[in-house]
Amino acid sequence: MKHLRSIDELSGEAIRSLLDLADAMAEVNQRPIPKVPALRGRTVVSLFFEDSTRTRLSFETAAKRLSADTMTFSVSTSSVNKGESLRDTIETVSAMGVDAFVVRHRTSGVPWQISQWTDAAIINAGDGWHQHPTQALLDAYTIRTRLGCSGGLEGLHIAIVGDVKHSRVARSDVQAFTKLGARVTLVAPATLLPASLEGWPVTVCNNLDDLIADIDVLYLLRMQIERQEQSLVPSLREYSTRFGLDDVRARRLQDHALVMHPGPMNRGVEIVVDPALLRGSVITEQVANGVSVRMAVLFHLLGQGSELVDESGGQ
Amino acid sequence: MNEWVIKGATIVDPDGTRQGDVAISGGRISEVGADLSGERVLDASGCIVSPGFVDLHVHLRQPGREEAETVETGSRAAALGGFTAIVAMPNTEPAQDSVAVVEQVRRWGEEAGLCEVLPSGCLTLDRAGERMAPIAELAASGVRLFTDDGNGVQDPLLMRRIMEYSLDLDVVLAQHCEVASLTAGAVMHEGCCSSHLGLPGWPAVAEELMVFRDIELARLTGARVHFLHLSTARSVALVRQAKADGLRITAEAAPHHFTLTDEMLRTFDATFKVNPPLRTRDDIAALKVGLRDGTIDAIATDHAPHPAALKEQPLDTAPPGMLGLQTALPLALGELGLDLPEVVALLSWRPAAIAGVSDRHGTAVRPGAVANLAVFDPEATWTVDATRLASKSRNTPYQGRTMRGQVRHTVFRGTPVVIDGEAQR
Repeated sequence: MKHLRSIDELSGEAIRSLLDLADAMAEVNQRPIPKVPALRGRTVVSLFFEDSTRTRLSFETAAKRLSADTMTFSVSTSSVNKGESLRDTIETVSAMGVDAFVVRHRTSGVPWQISQWTDAAIINAGDGWHQHPTQALLDAYTIRTRLGCSGGLEGLHIAIVGDVKHSRVARSDVQAFTKLGARVTLVAPATLLPASLEGWPVTVCNNLDDLIADIDVLYLLRMQIERQEQSLVPSLREYSTRFGLDDVRARRLQDHALVMHPGPMNRGVEIVVDPALLRGSVITEQVANGVSVRMAVLFHLLGQGSELVDESGGQ
Repeated sequence: MNEWVIKGATIVDPDGTRQGDVAISGGRISEVGADLSGERVLDASGCIVSPGFVDLHVHLRQPGREEAETVETGSRAAALGGFTAIVAMPNTEPAQDSVAVVEQVRRWGEEAGLCEVLPSGCLTLDRAGERMAPIAELAASGVRLFTDDGNGVQDPLLMRRIMEYSLDLDVVLAQHCEVASLTAGAVMHEGCCSSHLGLPGWPAVAEELMVFRDIELARLTGARVHFLHLSTARSVALVRQAKADGLRITAEAAPHHFTLTDEMLRTFDATFKVNPPLRTRDDIAALKVGLRDGTIDAIATDHAPHPAALKEQPLDTAPPGMLGLQTALPLALGELGLDLPEVVALLSWRPAAIAGVSDRHGTAVRPGAVANLAVFDPEATWTVDATRLASKSRNTPYQGRTMRGQVRHTVFRGTPVVIDGEAQR
């Protein structure tokens, strides 16, 4: 595996082994000095064409804990000179000597375009509505860890609720969860579903109340304010009434059920109850696991042959 | 003594198919028959000689976007593709909405001298869809085909007025059918593939609604309407019914729409971004039926050059369009399952009639006719190499593909402008 651009490109087996590797990274993160020299001398460039503080910080933390050198190339789309092509930008940065690009872009497909113009490994940190594979891996890792599954997510029923159409998280999660054996139901009005679900291994339900008592994981997607302006829903209030997690719905969740969200949350829209008071919420755990999972990805792509030696010398 | 003689070819024209040499003098066909002689010979053994091709839909980019193409480079690509007349789309900068711009484009075409450049005129000022362009003035200066191509005229009232105003002008109103509110931000065909790739979709219905609207407005007004680059199965069905109803309507289809599907976007290569977008296998099948049964009158390339720097941008910002002039003939020969005379009709005399140039293009190969001729070998194979195409741009979707059918010579107004596949100027 040279790149991590899409969950599509991974088998269930490959996902499992990345999650196992994330377990080993979680162990590193428990050490007094959570840093190993595995990627010393390697250079990882964060190439963020779209703002994302949390994903960028998570990747940079992961890279630093593996002793890689990190650089950040932040480009607000407005500042990119119209005359410079994406290719020019990539070739310029590549010339500085880069082992991996961590790429975030508002447009689907940019990681594939970039991989034509550089020899560096490409890690997709979110492209348009398309893919966000490390988010899916950390979500799967969080579920696997919490619900005590051994290998994958066999037998679990996961509901993904909200704006699937515009969500790279949903596209990646559907693939990762089902490749690991889970059953996925999408819950959304048709305006927030893709035009076609042909080939998607999912079922669709428009009524959250019909299945809330049966699911093992409730995955809430972020609902953006502009969806109301685009008349995809009449109002955020109505969306919240139909699809938000309120007290009544929270009480109907099974005792072991997890509540997840990729962040940042819209309080009062997709999540009405205080997540801190919600028994099954693993939302902050997702963030913490993100570092371990991204360390696993970086190590897998760049660190073949090296070992996870303890830098404190303690062994 | 004849100046030129094309020897050993099979003639395919509106009169039928037959063997014969074609002799040329003084810009016209001087003789047709066996064993003709002339001062110079164009060998055409194994080849077809037909009236030159007419492309109703070419973007020459000049004035305004000369880094992508010029009238001269586009004309050269056209000549190498067997075209002797091309309609230049009006989305230049400034747009072709005034006699001054139209005449300048025509002059550049004459200076290049590789084919006849027929400037189209805008339907609305600056293609903005707000006020009618000076259609009668432009028509008086020789413009026959009017379009805001790249944009559809959104306002049904304005389109009705244009249709009514054009009734006594002997012009063709060519619509780019796209209801813009349904395609805002769209990158590719809306369907299974766009849903998987997370790319904003261009739904088929956005085209079909405007095809339907203009059919009904044409029924109401009696205007002469032409539909540009039909891309969906339902559009073909609508046009078929309108023709059966006796409306004065014509339509064209582009080779990329009957050869490539939306699956090409799985590569995320912006070369495959085009407007209207590449669609599905079912749409391709319907376009082919439409081309066979006469619903679609012409093959038009929608040749749309863009420099690499623009195509190497993210899919949402990369401009739509692909090259087409030099690959149209082999695709038409190879992909439609039509007899050769039918293919030539779609490339030559049917579009010539729509463009209003039947007096000099797409005419029967007879003595006295203006010598605008294509000579091609239907069996010769070649491989598309973008760097060797004549266009200033490289955005062919067929890079590396082997094609069967190759233009050997093109004769424009009696002068061979392409000999053995090489442009002569």
